[in-house]
Amino acid sequence: MGAPRDERTNGKRTCNRDTRPAQAIRLPRGSERYSLTANQGDIVAIIGGSGSGKSTLLRCINLLERPTSGEVAIQGETYRLRSARHGDLEIADRRQVQRIRAHLGMVFQNFNLWPHRTVLENVIEVPIHVLGMKRDEAIHRAEGLLDRVGLGSKKDMYPSFMSGGQQQRTAIARVLAVDPLAILFDEPTSALDPELVGEVLAVIRDLAAEHRTMLLVTHEMAFARDVASHVVFLREGIIEEQGPPEQIFGDPRSPHLKQFISSVA
Amino acid sequence: MTTVFDFSLLAYSPPGWGKVLLVGFLRSIELAAGGYLLGILIGIAGASGKLYGNKVVRDLLEIYTMVIRAVPELVLMLLFYYVGTDLLSRASSAMGFGGVNIDGLTAGILVIGLVQGGYATEVFRGAILAIPRGQIEAAHAFGMPPGKVLRRVTLPAMTPHALPGMANLWMIATKDTALLAVIDFSELTLVTRQAAGATQYYIMFFLAAGVLYLALTLVSNFALRRFERHARRGLVPAR
Repeated sequence: MGAPRDERTNGKRTCNRDTRPAQAIRLPRGSERYSLTANQGDIVAIIGGSGSGKSTLLRCINLLERPTSGEVAIQGETYRLRSARHGDLEIADRRQVQRIRAHLGMVFQNFNLWPHRTVLENVIEVPIHVLGMKRDEAIHRAEGLLDRVGLGSKKDMYPSFMSGGQQQRTAIARVLAVDPLAILFDEPTSALDPELVGEVLAVIRDLAAEHRTMLLVTHEMAFARDVASHVVFLREGIIEEQGPPEQIFGDPRSPHLKQFISSVA
Repeated sequence: MTTVFDFSLLAYSPPGWGKVLLVGFLRSIELAAGGYLLGILIGIAGASGKLYGNKVVRDLLEIYTMVIRAVPELVLMLLFYYVGTDLLSRASSAMGFGGVNIDGLTAGILVIGLVQGGYATEVFRGAILAIPRGQIEAAHAFGMPPGKVLRRVTLPAMTPHALPGMANLWMIATKDTALLAVIDFSELTLVTRQAAGATQYYIMFFLAAGVLYLALTLVSNFALRRFERHARRGLVPAR
């Protein structure tokens, strides 16, 4: 693999939150069924049925969920985890996690903007208060980013008064403001009204065109096929099949993947 | 006694009692404000401890809020004031310092603050739980350190949910100051009783005190409503 390694998850994950089904990305390491790598500039689409562990896998990358075993590395730096009681892993070095997280952007299904801050304030919050950027510079950059996602005129609005599509575009601008190594999209269009999906996908497509590293959990199959450089199909917490989009969508091998693709097509 | 009112007795300077009443009123406000602010600090720490602390912290806070809310405030006042000052003097002389005397204002603020803190802990705990989880999660996902998450996201996001309860607590704080009369602290109620006793114009002086308390409530209401409007600025109106 020539390009520098960007993210890698390799391990078992059993989710012990009460309401969710048990999920696992199992060892042994090295096997392509249990390990995922995204190189710089890759656009990885993570697909699979409901409860297949897509979001869990994505959230293990910034440790919003903790893997039960295995390892996650960002640009060659592996998160320091230690085993806790019950055999789970816990964060051993909180500062390391904070430092790495500051360079990973995440876009959530429900936007998760801060409602007490305006659109502009949402975008400058992390650059100023986490990255230590000067306020003037942060505002200048944020205004450019908001123009780019088509929200330059909305910068003084509060998010709750905007449409879902506008809120999600704000969330994308908030992520771009930290100039992330990689952007994690967790079903960015699933909470949107159908007529608003297009405007958000257009922004993501725009980012894809400039070869930003992105990992994208999505139900938009046509979009994944079109934009992704690599597609991962999860089933019951295991990577059932992964490969280039032409192969995954055009020549699926696993019967489950075949069935999944025909059911969503 | 033929008249109930003799307004000349309300004049600012003696023989009028106006100045005495106003000073008492100001001391009441000082007490209420100091106790309330202390209560807010205890409440934020208490709510954080109850939500994010380990088992020992949570159990201790549970005992604190239970005791504060179970025992009548008058009893707590007497307990904190007499037992508290006694313990403090003993501790201080045991450590080789002379006996300490806590002045009434400090003691009053501590007592009101401790009581308010018990209630505020529960108000803030509920308010923090009312914040959609994702807002705090987003802050963590961007690598914001926990202290900043509290200051920049959790506290401002919970404020609209906490305000109705905290407005109640402020009103209660202003009136709890009257309980301090039992420890001979010259707040409004105590000085009113003195004025009334000295002049025998009971109705007039207690009405005057009532008017002052009412004025404080009205002004507070106005300020709290403005603050609530500010705190809810990013929320879609419920109706």
